[in-house]
Amino acid sequence: MRIVLILFAVAASLMLGHALAVDTTQLDDPKLQERYRALTHELRCVKCQSQSLADSPSEVSSELRREVKNMLLEGKSDDDVREFMVARYGDFILFKPRFAPHTAWLWFVPGVLLLIGVFVAVRIVRQRSALVTQDNEPVAEDPLQEEPRQG
Amino acid sequence: MSRIPPGFSRFLLPLAVFAALVFVLAVGVKRSPEKGTLESALIGRMAPEFELPDLRDPSRKVSSRDYRGRWYVVNVWGTWCPGCRVEHNVLLDVRRSGLVPIIGVNLRDEQSQALGWLSQLGDPYEVVVMDTDGRTSIDFGVYGAPETFLINPQGIVMHRHVGPLTHEAWQRDFAARINGNTTPPSS
Repeated sequence: MRIVLILFAVAASLMLGHALAVDTTQLDDPKLQERYRALTHELRCVKCQSQSLADSPSEVSSELRREVKNMLLEGKSDDDVREFMVARYGDFILFKPRFAPHTAWLWFVPGVLLLIGVFVAVRIVRQRSALVTQDNEPVAEDPLQEEPRQG
Repeated sequence: MSRIPPGFSRFLLPLAVFAALVFVLAVGVKRSPEKGTLESALIGRMAPEFELPDLRDPSRKVSSRDYRGRWYVVNVWGTWCPGCRVEHNVLLDVRRSGLVPIIGVNLRDEQSQALGWLSQLGDPYEVVVMDTDGRTSIDFGVYGAPETFLINPQGIVMHRHVGPLTHEAWQRDFAARINGNTTPPSS
């Protein structure tokens, strides 16, 4: 009796996992299944805007998942699927935007910010180390003159 | 290392950073009304073709090719869609004006319910096609009903309206383009 109960509990918890998953699509070919899984995670739900296709319970997402599945079964490539989605829903549907003239700033701005940060850091470090060497020198006659250096 | 003038590092640099921040946020706030609406990828491109069963007589197929050569409007709706009820009177007025035919794309719906809706609220459509599995709506890049598209005689998508249509939006974005004929496409 106890074993039956335990088995029942295990079975119930296994089903719970399935019930929580929005998308239970299974493709026969494990390779296709893996590509399907990857694509539905990198494409955005167009309705909810902060979930992937895989996570979204909305009807349009389930229809778009169906299109992904059908295209993979037809032998289309991952890029074909992405093209299909972008042609209809724009770049928005890709979580990772493609490199294009109008998205270029997305790619350059982080690098520019990093360079600015490095420049500022180097400047601060140099100023501070200049202060340290001055500590060993005799005290300046007019302390107020040194003031700006601490900034 | 040359000393940086105190006025610059203490005052001008933070001010410049602050000004840049204000600029970025101002642009963001100014554009925020559009942010809820996805830009259509179809504007300025050929409208997707479709061939779908007629809601009133499903044995008959309606093709988008039948409408080539004249302005037409595609309105995606469903009886499950509250916004569609909101815009319904605007569509009825458009029908009465006789300016342009409206093709209804009935999305994810039951035929009987859709027919009931039209007999109860009035029928603004020249023809209604049944997009039961949502495939044609995907081709139009629809992410939620109602959505309304304006297509010119060359078959190019000139405008897309997301959400319930209003009289103002109809005059500004649809009627003005059909009458003026020259306005460039915009989303």
